[in-house]
Amino acid sequence: MKSEPQLQIRALAHKDYKSDYKPVWCAGCGDFGVLNALTKALAAMALPPEQVALIAGIGCSSRLPAYTRVYGFHGVHGRALPVATGLAVSRPDLTVIATGGDGDGFSIGGNHFIHACRRNVKLTYLVMDNAVYGMTKGQASPTTAADWTGSKLAPQGTHQPPFQPLEMALAAGAPFIARAFSNAPNELARIVTEAIEFPGFAFVQILSPCITFRPEQMLWKKDVHERFSPTADRRAAYLALMDDDGFGTGIVYRAPRPCYRPDTTAAATLGEIAARFEVSW
Amino acid sequence: MNGKQEDRLADCCSLAMIGSGGAGVMTAGQVLLDAAVDAGFFGLMTRSTGPQIRGGEAAAILRLGVAPVACQDDRIDLLIALDWGKAERFADELVLDADSLVIADPGKGDPPQWIIDSGATRVQVELAELARQHQGARINTIAAGLAGGLAGLDHERMNITLRRLFEFKGSQLIDGALAGLAAGIAAAAELPAPRRLAPPIPQPRWLLTGNEAVGMGALRGGIRFCAAYPITPSTEIQEWLAAHLPRVDGCLVQAEDELSSINMCIGASFGGVPAMTATSGPGLSLMVESLGLAVATELPLVVVDVMRGGPSTGIPTKSEQADLNIAVNGVHGDAPHLVLAPNSVGDCVTTTQWAVFLAEALQCPAVVLSDQSLGQARAAVVPPPQRAWFAERRTAPAGVRSYQRFEESRDGISPMTIPGTPGGEYTATGLTHMPSAQPSAMMADHHRQLDKRRRKLELFDFGDDWADIEGDGEIGLLTWGSTTLAAREAVARLRTQGLAVRLVSLRLLSPLHPTRLEQALAGVRRLLVVEQSHGTQFLHHLRAHFDLPAHTRSLAEAGPLALRPGRIAAALRILGMEHAA
Repeated sequence: MKSEPQLQIRALAHKDYKSDYKPVWCAGCGDFGVLNALTKALAAMALPPEQVALIAGIGCSSRLPAYTRVYGFHGVHGRALPVATGLAVSRPDLTVIATGGDGDGFSIGGNHFIHACRRNVKLTYLVMDNAVYGMTKGQASPTTAADWTGSKLAPQGTHQPPFQPLEMALAAGAPFIARAFSNAPNELARIVTEAIEFPGFAFVQILSPCITFRPEQMLWKKDVHERFSPTADRRAAYLALMDDDGFGTGIVYRAPRPCYRPDTTAAATLGEIAARFEVSW
Repeated sequence: MNGKQEDRLADCCSLAMIGSGGAGVMTAGQVLLDAAVDAGFFGLMTRSTGPQIRGGEAAAILRLGVAPVACQDDRIDLLIALDWGKAERFADELVLDADSLVIADPGKGDPPQWIIDSGATRVQVELAELARQHQGARINTIAAGLAGGLAGLDHERMNITLRRLFEFKGSQLIDGALAGLAAGIAAAAELPAPRRLAPPIPQPRWLLTGNEAVGMGALRGGIRFCAAYPITPSTEIQEWLAAHLPRVDGCLVQAEDELSSINMCIGASFGGVPAMTATSGPGLSLMVESLGLAVATELPLVVVDVMRGGPSTGIPTKSEQADLNIAVNGVHGDAPHLVLAPNSVGDCVTTTQWAVFLAEALQCPAVVLSDQSLGQARAAVVPPPQRAWFAERRTAPAGVRSYQRFEESRDGISPMTIPGTPGGEYTATGLTHMPSAQPSAMMADHHRQLDKRRRKLELFDFGDDWADIEGDGEIGLLTWGSTTLAAREAVARLRTQGLAVRLVSLRLLSPLHPTRLEQALAGVRRLLVVEQSHGTQFLHHLRAHFDLPAHTRSLAEAGPLALRPGRIAAALRILGMEHAA
């Protein structure tokens, strides 16, 4: 067992980061564990709530920002990462965390996921993966196994192999890649903390069971096992992922590289800029 | 200049240079335009190209004048063909007549039939041979010299301009270009000049493209963040902002697509940084869902759409005014927002600046509809006025007790907290919400927020900039955007012929203000609605909000060729002859 993050007595406890809103989540949803771990991590880091922004798209897990007392944004489906990127680039003083689910992040938002990995803006991306669309009542998502026949939309299965988020992140250039489990609160809080503290784009796939549409995921706690230890060696990370059964947890890859940096140039006044248009005769 | 030519001095002249893409007509056009402007003239250059990057057809169309010239004339005084490759494609665009002069190299073969049929005087200049005789000369700079010589531009001034424009190319290329220019000017002396310009009246001017003007207006308005995805014909806005935003402590991010670019802007705006993106029709189509998000979350945002021919990929390199429908009505749900349109190259500065100010003041998105004919036109314009419009958002201070982000207020605008403000934390959401921002599916909450968002646009005082209203008379002309330029010239021509026309050009297209429009059209009994759209989008938009005079006619032509003043003047003359209903 990894050690518990050092929770000291601070002005704010993790409950102080939670709002009064009652989550729309079903009793037993894995996302409760993620909310707990995240607020614990924020409290452990003693981040002032006003300095934190949680950005989400659409889906059950994308409701998470409103259940906190930090600044939150609940946008359109699939676009959490662009909103988070715009905010993080223009307000580098803030701690920006994007959250969402597997459909939001890997299907409708898949292109943004690839380019956020590549761009490496300093922000954290927590994806609560339950391999199902819960909010629309149980359709296959990109991470659903090909032979899952539990939906009316793909009653004979998806006929396609599941999306591999960690491999995709590694191939696309994400410098921090991890997997955690919503029912392993201590490890989750530790990994989330490390992700937030990481100087760059940090991606965490969080296995977060949907007890309503995938009740069999209740058994995930038997399948999940701590497996990865951080490496900065890309080849070693690929090899570790090749042997992954989808339930190994831990930090797969941790290799800081220079963050995205907007262009800078000598300052000018608006008058000086406009002077370029003036015609002298 | 001899006495014989003196009586042909003109206030303006129109020229076109055509050739295969890559032949250098755009460079030649810019040399000519900039030289004329350096010499104290006004001028305009529009670009007409096919979709190919290299090897298609290209035309640089110029109009030079003693006074400001805002649109192209109906006809061309001087056409210089660098070659005849695909020149038949300009038959509809470049109107020649018996007073026109056409210059071409005999070595490039016979001119296309439309040139012959036009009755224009045709002369042959051996451009390729001249290029051979003058070391380093290229036929495009020879053509620039020919055109400059025929327009009566001063040789030494042209040299100065060319040196400045070619500075980055190195001395060897400059020498060759100067030799080409001199050869062209010498050849021009042997030719009859169709129209020589009267002496210029130097006065302050800016020389810029409409796309650069949008960038300048954005900076003046306070835009400090841009995210964008390249798309013709808006890319030059993005490129200009990429170079200039960092100079005012802002930045531009090249996004992976338009879905991303608008959402990056929404993120920056949520963070309190005024944000803008620039795109064209296909990109705007991808953005409309997120425009609705900006409406619902009440975030300021500016989206500039440099319109091109549509639908679908349409004609990326040419102009149309057919994105009005999507700009006004594209968003699903009831989503009041701002739609504005600049009506000249210079006004691209002013209207964009105003759009930033309005979006920030009203906490809602503003769509600015420019188009290819403005955006990629390069023009000398009267310097745009300095306006006092700078992004100023109504914000809430730290520590407000029980802060309600979307609280109801008399004017519908609620103070916004910016992340970093202690005690003002809230979660913005595209879900229908309560004043506190908490999501709600209740009828009362839905109605309250819809009312609030409509009210803030209805109660705001937009001042006198909502339209340009010019002239008087019982004949009216109602138009918007780039079409205003040809309309204004048509009205001016008719005025000299004794027909008075009142011109109303709408800068604020949504929300429309029926009362003010009614005042602007008071006394108008016959009205012409002029637009560049096949489906009369503007006319339908007006009719949806306003009772137009019973005697209203529509002049609506699809792009991609600009409506010319003569076409509009003819329609107004017919309207003038009709009996009022």
